[in-house]
Amino acid sequence: MADELLSFDAVLERFDPVLGLEVHVELSTKSKMWCGCPTEFGNEPNSQVCPVCLGLPGSLPVVNAKAVESAIRIGLSLNCQIARWCRFARKNYFYPDMPKDYQISQYDEPLCFDGEIAVEVGEMAYQVPIERVHMEEDAGKITHIGGVGRIANADYSLLDYNRAGVPLMEIVTKTIHDTGAAAPEVAAGYVALLRDMVRALAVSQGRMERGNLRCDVNVSLMPKGASELGIRSETKNVNSLRAVADAVRYEMRRQGAILSAGGRVVQETRHWNEAGYTTAGRSKETAEDYRYFPEPDLVPLAADPAWVEQLRATLPEHPGKRRARLRTEWGFTQREFGDILAVPGALDTIADTVLAGATPIAARKWWLTELARRANEWGVALDELPITAKQVAEVQALLDTGQINDKLARQVIEGVLAGEGDPAAVVQHRGLTVVSDTGALEVAVDGAIAADP
Amino acid sequence: MLTRSEVARLAALARIELSDDELDAMASQLDVILSAVAAVSEVASQDIPPTSHAVPLTNVMRPDVLNWVPRSQAMLAGAPDVENGRFRVPQILQEEQ
Repeated sequence: MADELLSFDAVLERFDPVLGLEVHVELSTKSKMWCGCPTEFGNEPNSQVCPVCLGLPGSLPVVNAKAVESAIRIGLSLNCQIARWCRFARKNYFYPDMPKDYQISQYDEPLCFDGEIAVEVGEMAYQVPIERVHMEEDAGKITHIGGVGRIANADYSLLDYNRAGVPLMEIVTKTIHDTGAAAPEVAAGYVALLRDMVRALAVSQGRMERGNLRCDVNVSLMPKGASELGIRSETKNVNSLRAVADAVRYEMRRQGAILSAGGRVVQETRHWNEAGYTTAGRSKETAEDYRYFPEPDLVPLAADPAWVEQLRATLPEHPGKRRARLRTEWGFTQREFGDILAVPGALDTIADTVLAGATPIAARKWWLTELARRANEWGVALDELPITAKQVAEVQALLDTGQINDKLARQVIEGVLAGEGDPAAVVQHRGLTVVSDTGALEVAVDGAIAADP
Repeated sequence: MLTRSEVARLAALARIELSDDELDAMASQLDVILSAVAAVSEVASQDIPPTSHAVPLTNVMRPDVLNWVPRSQAMLAGAPDVENGRFRVPQILQEEQ
């Protein structure tokens, strides 16, 4: 069923968009949240499970200290208050992705609350207020068999609980107002900032395509001049930066059409479809339906202020400040720099290459063209390519000193990616050096002519 | 006063099937239990935080190290149904409305 859509401009003439974003971040701890099982991705189904993460009777969870530390560091990075005392809560629901029939989460006492972070879009900075950061656990992976591979009409379902119990942080914004036409970009920019932040903190791999970072997008519209919030929709699991912006834009246009026609927006969960539209899901459960209560198997958490201050001292440079600093140091235009930010991981690899001695222009060139293309072909992230920033800087140095030309440089990179060793070694054994010694050239030319007069 | 429909709602959320007779009986019995527990509110004032643990302990944590042996066969052996190393569960949702 195709939705009626109002044009984006017409929506903005009549309404102000209001956003709310919930981002789930899977932490990269070695072990799970409540037990010592590994968190590794992609292994044999149910090879990383134990009585605790399967919820077997008599098993007891114990909190992973590193996960708490990571949560506090995320909270501090978002300028949150850290609770002096808080508890875990049991969220009850019946769905087989959680073998316990409940998820251990936090409810009215989150570990971190009341933060704020600036998101830059073009030359503008938008303040995104943070409601809370709380700790919980990820669910297992469910595969529906029969039917069309979806939950409805499936004959039965299969469960892999390797992911069940992996530490998960939920980061929730307060309502975000006054973004106007920039709403889609503010939403995507915020998620990009979180991604860069958790990577800089080294608390998560932050890969959206692998589900390390997942976003639920809440959108509502307020008629211009109104003071009450409109009814919102929540679009689940929007799994790329581009999809975040597209989902916001789509919901604005869909809701704009409904409201303009005098209708009411239904409060519901919607699904994002890769083809660029949302579809209605189930009506939203109310919090009461989950019958939260304090988790009896875990004792409260009391974060010692001295510990919190120690953790504050470990925070890396704030990604927003770092971006601003690098852009100035490198002397790129907004657009040139924006191209870097658009490629996941490019900022880090380029920064490392500059540190290794290349100019920003050269570093940007290699990572955004040759190497980005290769990463794309292989379906890997830039920092997963079998070439280091140092090696890229070495290729550039060979180029700058005239030992190779641009065309040969590409072949050298090819060789490094193929595992032939460092650039100098590739040049050596592929015999790629540009001969610029005129004496040697003349001898070679004379020799060639003499051999074939 | 706890109503019959509230009990029916709770039963549905907890996946407990109750007959009409049982609903009637439960509503009145649960109501007695709730009023008995409500007596606590007569002594608990605002400045007394609700107790969730009898033992005054906080910050029980473990270091982030692996404590695990591969034993998926044993873990799967306890399940009612298994297929290809995964737990098999019956149909979750019937046809979409």
